[in-house]
Amino acid sequence: MITMTVAQLIQALRDREFSSVELTRSYLDRIAQRDGELNSYISVAPETALAEAEAADRLLAGDSAPPLAGIPIAHKDIFCTRGLRTSCASRMLDNFVPPYDATVVERLRHAGCVTLGKTNMDEFAMGSSSESSYYGACRNPWDSRCVPGGSSGGSAAAVAADLAAAATGTDTGGSIRQPAALCGITGIKPTYGRVSRLGMIAFASSLDQGGPMARTAEDCAILLGAMAGHDARDSTSMDRPVPDYRAALSLSLQGLRIGLPREWFGEQLQSAVADRIRAALRELEALGATLVDIDLAHSELSIPAYYIIAPAEASTNLARYDGVRYGHRCDSPRDLHDLYTRSREEGFGDEVQRRILIGTYALSSGYYDAFYKKAQQARRLIRQDYLDAFGQVDIIAGPTTPGPAFRLGEKTDDPVAMYLEDIYTLGVNLAGLPALSMPAGQVDGLPVGLQLVGPHFGEAQLLAAAHQLQLATDWHQQRPPATASTGDAA
Amino acid sequence: MSWETVIGLEVHLQLATQSKIFSGSSTRFGAEPNTQASAVDLAMPGMLPVLNEQAVRFAVMFGLGIDAEIGRRSVFDRKNYFYPDLPKGYQISQFAEPIVGRGEFEITLEDGSTRSIGITRAHLEEDAGKSLHEDFHGQTGIDLNRAGTPLLEIVSEPDLRSATEAVAYLKALHSLVLYLGISDGNMAEGSMRCDINLSLRPAGSDTLGTRAEIKNVNSFRFVEKAIQFETLRQADILESGGRVVQETRLYDAERDETRPMRSKEVANDYRYFPEPDLLPVVLEESWIAQLRSELPELPPAKRARFVSDYGLSTYDAGVLVDSRALADYFEAVARDCGDAKIAANWVQVELLGQLNREDLDITRSPVPPTQLAGLIRRILDDSISGKIAKQVFEAMWQGEGDADQIIESRGLKQVSDSGKLEAMVDAVIKDSPDQVAQYRAADAGKQKKLIGYFVGQVMKASRGQANPGMVNQLLARKLGDNQQDA
Repeated sequence: MITMTVAQLIQALRDREFSSVELTRSYLDRIAQRDGELNSYISVAPETALAEAEAADRLLAGDSAPPLAGIPIAHKDIFCTRGLRTSCASRMLDNFVPPYDATVVERLRHAGCVTLGKTNMDEFAMGSSSESSYYGACRNPWDSRCVPGGSSGGSAAAVAADLAAAATGTDTGGSIRQPAALCGITGIKPTYGRVSRLGMIAFASSLDQGGPMARTAEDCAILLGAMAGHDARDSTSMDRPVPDYRAALSLSLQGLRIGLPREWFGEQLQSAVADRIRAALRELEALGATLVDIDLAHSELSIPAYYIIAPAEASTNLARYDGVRYGHRCDSPRDLHDLYTRSREEGFGDEVQRRILIGTYALSSGYYDAFYKKAQQARRLIRQDYLDAFGQVDIIAGPTTPGPAFRLGEKTDDPVAMYLEDIYTLGVNLAGLPALSMPAGQVDGLPVGLQLVGPHFGEAQLLAAAHQLQLATDWHQQRPPATASTGDAA
Repeated sequence: MSWETVIGLEVHLQLATQSKIFSGSSTRFGAEPNTQASAVDLAMPGMLPVLNEQAVRFAVMFGLGIDAEIGRRSVFDRKNYFYPDLPKGYQISQFAEPIVGRGEFEITLEDGSTRSIGITRAHLEEDAGKSLHEDFHGQTGIDLNRAGTPLLEIVSEPDLRSATEAVAYLKALHSLVLYLGISDGNMAEGSMRCDINLSLRPAGSDTLGTRAEIKNVNSFRFVEKAIQFETLRQADILESGGRVVQETRLYDAERDETRPMRSKEVANDYRYFPEPDLLPVVLEESWIAQLRSELPELPPAKRARFVSDYGLSTYDAGVLVDSRALADYFEAVARDCGDAKIAANWVQVELLGQLNREDLDITRSPVPPTQLAGLIRRILDDSISGKIAKQVFEAMWQGEGDADQIIESRGLKQVSDSGKLEAMVDAVIKDSPDQVAQYRAADAGKQKKLIGYFVGQVMKASRGQANPGMVNQLLARKLGDNQQDA
């Protein structure tokens, strides 16, 4: 049963093929067996998960069960969960148990989801490999020598390895799409403002957006429907009705104009990956879509702009972790300055400290105009490129990443090589657009992701295109070898 | 050399909203430490600010009150610095695009002259918490009840020239914000705090000298003393050929001096940038127009109206419009008794005198306007004399009831019965043969003076209740009659 999609599980639970408690127990058993190697979870919550599953079973016995009653999911450890440690994969918050749920968590609870635990990630979501976690690196279920991507690597690995039916992730520069691509699952970063950021620990406020990670576009549509919507407690959340994403999945691809940015098929892209992407694009064409070459002329600005704006915002977002009210505090501080410097030095890992320093520098008086202001100008140009493109095409398609999963440690000493992982994903965040990544076959046994980008609030169209492609292909059904050989009871 | 003092003030005004500027916590003063600090105020992970619309309304009301430019689009920024009572590690403030722009503000000095003071800008921001050093041995306690309280920072141009002008400006500002109802103006509770920027320049010079900033002065008196001290300090430096250092100083009220803050207490680079958790505030014209139409009558307009409608002097009108409560009190009395000048006189002399003696605010006067008007009516209809009226007022102050009850129960009604008065006058004339003779021997000019003695005797005999006008008439006639008779 743990290999089923969310859509299938909803039906099976309603048909009483099995109970949520049985399903939850299967996932918990699987986590116990398998996660020692993968390290996709930071915290597992068996007791509360089983209690929630029991409550869901009672609701399922009546006729007023909420839409996702009894579905076991995992939350990225960046979403605050009431009573359950929320660490952001940092020593800084190793002791932090929030007294509140993030809006995303609250909405999924109301929809009936069972919380299995909290998934591993890059510390404070800063990274593309999930290696910077205080709790150790997470591994890719397709090849445990490889990274699962990041920062939502734990969520991607858990879903790919059947350690959860689905999971939540966050995406600031590609953190849902890149690990989804590297682990062979489907994940969508919604339009900025579509999903509430309240209770989601901030990395870069103007870029962060939460979204679902699952096996199929259909599952993403179901989960996004439950997560999205206006939240008066987040001023940047949009007050706009949430479409029925699941109902919209049947939209045909006939006549859909798909733009292919020339800049995404340049020398950065590994040729084997380019082949897989072109094959997927041919499938879309076969389903009735038209492929159009387009330009995103300022693409090359997205890395420099992002690596000013995101660290700038992060440097002040992370100022609250000062050892005063909660979180890590150094032993016997001599004075206030010592309390600040030692608590932060001990509490934050290298990459987080690097980005705080970059961001502080970029905002400093005398440098602000040269860095932050320029980056904001570049951001407007990038956004305008996308808006112009959507005058010609309905969606944009291309690779999610330049290559498949890389080895652990391969890029940890070279931050810039790591930053290049997000070359195709960053611009989308800078422009605030929705985008998803879905499996498009493999290279040397490792999954490759196809990225689809839509206009603002165009999630329904993106999910429909992905769903139609998944109806016609089986890339999303391919399983990591270790998973296939485990031979599950369901 | 003679020096000109140049002063600009930055006033931090606490706005009288029920809840904080970015969270739903109460802003009530004096609660147990940290009982009014929510997850947002504590800067817990993932918490986000939501702007309190009332704070925006109050800020715009202030802008309209001084006829300033209103920022149709204003932006919140983060002002970054580390301090234990600043939970987020940044203060949400407004930097490049404030909600209130350039305006003018007229102040009246004690000699009755007026000056126009430029307002550079006013912007919204949140207050920090408080660090408590006293009660924790070798440690510091943090109270975050105040963290997130809405402040309006009002920045003046360097248009003030003396401590007196600075205080007049602050008092006028204080009066304005109370009129607008946007702050409780309670200085002792920190609702109005002031940073002073002060420099000297040779009299007649156009260029500004190097300034010092004196932080966080929280009473009119301390502002006055801090400016006086700092003016002398800078003059001494300049006179002896030295140079003033641009720095931040503190005013120490106990020693009555300013001194430099430790460099640790001064952050140099706040790394301002637009707050990404809040959208720009965009104001609709119709919303602003609505607020403008709802503004109360403000002191300058009210003063002018009191002069034209009630015939008061500019000075009297100025005293009465000092607070909205006092002006309302006066108008209630004037309307009720029908004589604005007598009402103004009673309110200013007797009522304010008594309130000042007992250190009471007009809102806590034991004599309500209806009672004071009732008293004045009895003066106007000759039921009591002005002198008796003061006795009645004393009794009303003590809570003995309204004027008519007191006049009745104390038997203070003026005697206007001509028969009774004539008998009293006759008795006095009879008992004062020497004075009568003196009077009758005098010329008309002297008689006018001498008659006072007889009036006094009659008033004494009547215990003050005789109608003085009638007594005068009777005496003039009787003393004259007898003269003719003789």
